[in-house]
Amino acid sequence: MAHITLKDIAHSYTGESDNPYDYALKELNLTWRDGGAYALLGPSGCGKTTLLNIISGLLTPTRGQVLFNDENVTRLPTEQRNIAQIFQFPVIYDTMTVFQNLAFPLKNRGRSKTEIEPRVIELARMLGLEKDLYTKAQHLTADAKQKISLGRGLIRQSVNAILFDEPLTVIDPQMKWELRSQLKYLHKQFGFTMIYVTHDQTEALTFADEVIVMYEGEIVQVGTPEALFERPEHTFVGYFIGSPGMNITPCELQGNRIVIEGHEITLDCTYTDQPSSAKIEVGIRPEYLRLAPPQEKGLPVKIIKIDDIGRHKIARVAVNERIFHVVMPEISAMTGDHASLAFDTAHTNIYVNDHLIAGERP
Amino acid sequence: MIQKQVNQKAWFMVLPVFLLVAFSAVIPLMTVVNYSFQDTFGSNQFFWVGMDWFRDLMHSERFHDAFLRQIAFSSIILAIEIPLGIAIALAMPRKGWGVPVCLISMSLPLLIPWNVVGTIWQIFGRVDIGLLGHSLASMGIDYNYTQDPIAAWITIIVMDVWHWTSLVVLLSYAGLCSIPDAYYQAAKIDGASRIAVFRYIQLPKMQGVLLIAVLLRFMDSFMIYTEPFVITGGGPGNSTTFMSIDLVKMAVGQFDLGPAAAMSLVYFLIILLLSWIFYTVMSNVGEESKNGGA
Amino acid sequence: MRWKWLIPAIYIFFLLLPIYWLVNMSLKTNDEILSMFTLWPQDLTFANYKVIFTDASWYSGYINSMIYVSVNVLISVCFALPAAYAFSRYSFVGDKHLFFWLLTNRMAPPAVFALPFFQLYSSIGLFDTHIAVALAHCLFNLPLAVWILEGFMSGIPKEIDETAFVDGYSWPRFFVKIFIPNIASGIGVTAFFCFMFSWVELLLARTLTAVHAKPISAIMTRTVSASGLDWGVLAAAGVLTILPGALVIYFVRNHIAKGFALGRV
Repeated sequence: MAHITLKDIAHSYTGESDNPYDYALKELNLTWRDGGAYALLGPSGCGKTTLLNIISGLLTPTRGQVLFNDENVTRLPTEQRNIAQIFQFPVIYDTMTVFQNLAFPLKNRGRSKTEIEPRVIELARMLGLEKDLYTKAQHLTADAKQKISLGRGLIRQSVNAILFDEPLTVIDPQMKWELRSQLKYLHKQFGFTMIYVTHDQTEALTFADEVIVMYEGEIVQVGTPEALFERPEHTFVGYFIGSPGMNITPCELQGNRIVIEGHEITLDCTYTDQPSSAKIEVGIRPEYLRLAPPQEKGLPVKIIKIDDIGRHKIARVAVNERIFHVVMPEISAMTGDHASLAFDTAHTNIYVNDHLIAGERP
Repeated sequence: MIQKQVNQKAWFMVLPVFLLVAFSAVIPLMTVVNYSFQDTFGSNQFFWVGMDWFRDLMHSERFHDAFLRQIAFSSIILAIEIPLGIAIALAMPRKGWGVPVCLISMSLPLLIPWNVVGTIWQIFGRVDIGLLGHSLASMGIDYNYTQDPIAAWITIIVMDVWHWTSLVVLLSYAGLCSIPDAYYQAAKIDGASRIAVFRYIQLPKMQGVLLIAVLLRFMDSFMIYTEPFVITGGGPGNSTTFMSIDLVKMAVGQFDLGPAAAMSLVYFLIILLLSWIFYTVMSNVGEESKNGGA
Repeated sequence: MRWKWLIPAIYIFFLLLPIYWLVNMSLKTNDEILSMFTLWPQDLTFANYKVIFTDASWYSGYINSMIYVSVNVLISVCFALPAAYAFSRYSFVGDKHLFFWLLTNRMAPPAVFALPFFQLYSSIGLFDTHIAVALAHCLFNLPLAVWILEGFMSGIPKEIDETAFVDGYSWPRFFVKIFIPNIASGIGVTAFFCFMFSWVELLLARTLTAVHAKPISAIMTRTVSASGLDWGVLAAAGVLTILPGALVIYFVRNHIAKGFALGRV
């Protein structure tokens, strides 16, 4: 058990370089609390797996240090780091039984039979594998195989952290849910630090206490699922989290007022003046927009399309060329193609060059 | 398993292949069967001798010797080429410029006409003009493959290793390349030793291609004719007269059609039988490792 | 494991050494070969190659070999394509037995077939023709071609066929326009192996030919016994038989591994 610190880590697959474009992972600093459940979220190719492999030691970073409990392990090989990692596709040893598979990591570390056996049996029971203990692992279903991979990670009591690299990709949707709740249960039981890589926001938000969002080799936000939703620190987080993502559109900013397409909205906060070259945008979740009849106060919009997705409806509206998504909780008494768009100013964020800026409340 | 559609018209698509192979295989085979029961004195006079040729063959010392030599040769070949091929495949690079260099230079011996392979080694081993023979002689080693049976055997075995190990290498290499990286990474995390990685990951994953490699190497080494014929012509004495060489000597050289035909049939049946045994044993070992334990 | 590369390096050295010696000899004069022991030609000469390229009894051997090998590859691939399709897509009476029987022909020793082939092709007047050798090589190349192609075709999802038929393609048009482009690399691999086994075979090719279709490899064996000691020309002829194989390998190098990966050779 340990807390893990990444200090000035950067990685380029082509080796040391001055060109920032060579880096799959741009310089970052991060600390993982002991016993925390983390999710690493981001689109494919954003550097999630690279980061994971640096922690487990499968990759040595081009720059920076990895610290376990303040001990520098950057050069330490994987097997000495006491890390478990579960991969996208189940990895099992075909010729071994489930029992032998689970015992393998302990056997390799020279533990005695009397120590291994009760541990394996107990773990198999927790994973629901006790029936299959003596069958060849090869014959099991994909989710049982993934449970074995997971079991090989959990079998060592002293592991510093368990890393998951999109472990539920090949699992049926129904089993996904079951395995995920089993993971949460095991996390509570054992208290390991868990780092879970995924590109699926639902998976990340339901699994983790804290989510790290990555984009193009950089960490753009670290926060609780709630913070990611309410106050995305980067426009990418706004787009990426939520369905549909945040509405983000350019605007003019003067103190506590913004102007969109000639329409003025007064905000709750006052912002300092920005240089004229800066890209200023306003971001608001579809959940915080409201459509009102055209005669009411608001931004006049044209309704393009309304999709009914069950619990609520999503309206696609336009002001000139700009598109907004609006979540409508119930059937609104909306007639005709035109409406007024009202902003919930308490949940309206301002982004300068893609980054969130804080305003001052009057 | 995908359920295949039942369609008897598919026979029409197979028919050309069936006819062509039947023409090339069945008619000659019938001739052989026919001869094996008859004797001839010169042109076109045949009379029925029944099982005589087969009985003679079973008691023929010449056949026994050729058969034993053949078994010994194939066993030595398999014992050298399979482990060596696996070892080289394990050491081959997985990426970079080394891959095409290895693949191309290793396939080269496979594409040389077999008698040229024989010629290459015949020249290479000669004491007067060959690099190998000359070097050995200048080191004071008495080496002459045309006089000394042991030298002849060693030459033919080294030549076969030179000629065919690449096939085992390429098959094993293809098997190794199909193992996903995650297996090696998981093994690192589980703290597996290099030997454990080979024993529990690489060997099980190579099993399918190794079965093919063993079968092919067995069949082809059991049928070897051209290369030893060019190098030693079956000599010195009869020491390198393998079954194919013996058969051709008998059929073409001495024109003993009856005994040769009987031998052909027995020879073919032995290959079929041994291949079948190899196949069953090796795929049973595979099955057992899948089903066993329970 | 830093010295791991040494193993393939030594192996390749072992493979190339005898070939180097052959090339070396082909560039020497007979005097040099017999009188001195030299690691490289002291008196570089292309005379040996010139003999082969100017003497019809030599170069016609290459032409003969090329002809029957090409005919064999063509027959093998064209006949095997529909058969492999049938085996990979349909089940029919006796399919498994037929497939197995085809494969047993791969295990047939050419020595067993040499004499009966000679009689068969003589009796139908095909003796000493290219087509006879090409047909004889079909004995082992056709089953091989069916086997390799079947492997590639099984990897193509059946939905492709069904979609095409729904779109109104007739079977022949679908096969030529859609299916064959999909398994192009499989056809390449098949052709490669058919070329290889037809090119390297000598026993049948020699037995079935006398003058007009005699393969280069058979001419080489004759020359050894007849003129006895013309090592330089013999070496040059040997080098020239290696070249076509080397060229073919170079062109299909990316596909070979794929063919091997299917485990069907």
